[in-house]
Amino acid sequence: MPTMTLAKALNAGLRRALEADPKVLLAGEDIGKLGGVFRITEHLQRDFGPDRVIDSPLAESGILGTAIGLALRGYRPVVEIQFDGFVYPAYDQIVSQLSRFYFRSHGRLKMPVVVRIPYGGGIGAIEHHSESPEAYFAHTPGLKVVTCSNPVDGYWMMQQAIASNNPIIFFEPKRRYHEKGEVDTEAEPMPLFQARVVKPGDDLTLITYGPMVRTCVEAAIAAGEEGHDIEVVDLRSLSPLDMATVTESVTKTGRAIVVHEAAMTLGMGAEIAARLQQDCFYSLQAPVLRVTGYDIPYPPSRVESSFLPDLDRVLDAVDRSMAF
Amino acid sequence: MSEPAVDDFVQLLTPDGERVQHPEFDFAGSDDEIAGYLREMVLARRFDSEATALQRKGELGLWPPALGQEAAQVGSVNATRLPDHVFPSYREHAVALHLGVDPVEMLGTFRGTAMVPWDTAAMGLHLYSFVIGTQTLHATGYAMGLQRDGLVGNPEPADNGAVIVYFGDGATSQGDVNEAFIFAASYTAPVVFFCQNNQYAISEPIALQSKIPLYRRASGFGFPGVRVDGNDVLAVQAVTASAMQRARRGEGPTLVEAYTYRMGAHTTSDDPTKYRSRDETDAWRARDPISRVQTYLLSAGAIDQAWLDALDAESEELAVRVREGCLALREPKLEEFFEHTVIDPGEVLLEQRDEYLEYEAGFADEGEPVPSETHERVQEAL
Repeated sequence: MPTMTLAKALNAGLRRALEADPKVLLAGEDIGKLGGVFRITEHLQRDFGPDRVIDSPLAESGILGTAIGLALRGYRPVVEIQFDGFVYPAYDQIVSQLSRFYFRSHGRLKMPVVVRIPYGGGIGAIEHHSESPEAYFAHTPGLKVVTCSNPVDGYWMMQQAIASNNPIIFFEPKRRYHEKGEVDTEAEPMPLFQARVVKPGDDLTLITYGPMVRTCVEAAIAAGEEGHDIEVVDLRSLSPLDMATVTESVTKTGRAIVVHEAAMTLGMGAEIAARLQQDCFYSLQAPVLRVTGYDIPYPPSRVESSFLPDLDRVLDAVDRSMAF
Repeated sequence: MSEPAVDDFVQLLTPDGERVQHPEFDFAGSDDEIAGYLREMVLARRFDSEATALQRKGELGLWPPALGQEAAQVGSVNATRLPDHVFPSYREHAVALHLGVDPVEMLGTFRGTAMVPWDTAAMGLHLYSFVIGTQTLHATGYAMGLQRDGLVGNPEPADNGAVIVYFGDGATSQGDVNEAFIFAASYTAPVVFFCQNNQYAISEPIALQSKIPLYRRASGFGFPGVRVDGNDVLAVQAVTASAMQRARRGEGPTLVEAYTYRMGAHTTSDDPTKYRSRDETDAWRARDPISRVQTYLLSAGAIDQAWLDALDAESEELAVRVREGCLALREPKLEEFFEHTVIDPGEVLLEQRDEYLEYEAGFADEGEPVPSETHERVQEAL
């Protein structure tokens, strides 16, 4: 079984999708000759040619808008937004156009477009390079939103997203690009829109996704040393939410904490907490808590470690929940 | 209003119905074809006036009239053929009729019974687009697809296709339109940018959008731009055909600026008397796109009064069909729209739909109006 970084796994997944279907195209800024600023598309233009791995002019709305046109023509574009903070110029094309073709055409027109967005902080970047805009897209009917947390999911979820006929926003946790894992490239992958119990436990559920999965597993292991048996759920899909898996876990543990880098107010945690109080009311032993980025713009990198949820902030919330 | 000098745009048929020569462009079609254009323009105008009337009677929520722009639309769409594709904005009613969209069905969008109801694959006409300029990028992407499908630059002209996209003068200020120009130029995409400069973006005159004639913008992006008398169906057809052929040959995009005038309101919610004079509108009425064609065809002996009477009768039949059809449009049910939001919706959305259906079913035997005293109490509380 090969060991690869998340970056290499995503690259391998893209390569396999390009091999599997001649209609798959890649487009984005610097993705061709350079292989992308994070090298996720490295060597793909060399091997599949500039008609299939397209260096785009520096215009995000143009990248999305032309991808929509290519999809209307029967292609399956996979576009890269170079950094999370640069997706907003394409916001109208995603939210008013891409997400609605299926709806506006009464189900006649499908939009098999994947929008890849490296997201999240923790890499010491300057502003606009560390954002977590997932809730904007999860709030938009018509879009599917997924995020991988490890090389196995990077490899498989990318291929599954490209094979889907839905428009999918695919968030890649850039601070985890260089973390390694074993990837079974022959195994049957789990369904794309399903959450995964990463670590089982009976006392409390940490619900998280993307870059915070590793943080939560570290916290769960540390809490175990203090006698708390923590379950960690990796949502993987933010829209649709696999609430069945979450509800089953919280019904068992009676305690839930949602962890994400994005700001708290109206983030994914708000939706999950609302669902849990509705669906697990009689199982809850404590209020659902949230450990998130604060409601301020992403701060300068010298203070980002204080802004981002980390092991200690998660453990602090675990203590508060357990003590309730 | 600044009227361009005659030599500032391509014109092949004067407002008086006289055919004139242009050094670069020539209309090669027969008088029978011109009579066909006249028929299309007259029917489109009748459909348009009927739709406006339906809105006035409260049967449509809104209608964007195409009055005055019939030549720009009929001339340009008659320069297309399969496998070309057409991307409209939201006022291209004559284009839609030419391509076979059922006018009654189209009214569903404006009556609120449907989103965009026609089958885009069957019609070759893509969805009406209401966010200004967005469709220029879709058209450019589609043209990039034609390139990849090997439908551009083949030795046999019939094998080649191109895309035409419609937008207005206001749209030229949008980022998307400028990005579309850049993508199309950089990739030599086979797309014709057909701008109907009808002089106004709702109330804002063209001078607010551009300090230079719009067609000249193209040169800054690296492709040709042509201004044509948008009220001259022959010139519009000739110029657009030339641009489409260029695109099909693989020589890239062209910007066609059809210089025309929106004789009606922006939409039925608009009041143009607040921002333009009667004198201006009258001046443009003298340059009507339909009357000059009729004058020419009558003087050429290609049509006679009996032909016009038959067209008049056909127009009235269309109006009756549109009026009756509009009132008979099927009322949709909300639950249908849950089906068309995403393919394989997740459990959360399905639960919402089921809750809605269950809630609605609870009212199956009811339907009582809210008592009037409740309204009064609400009014007081507010």
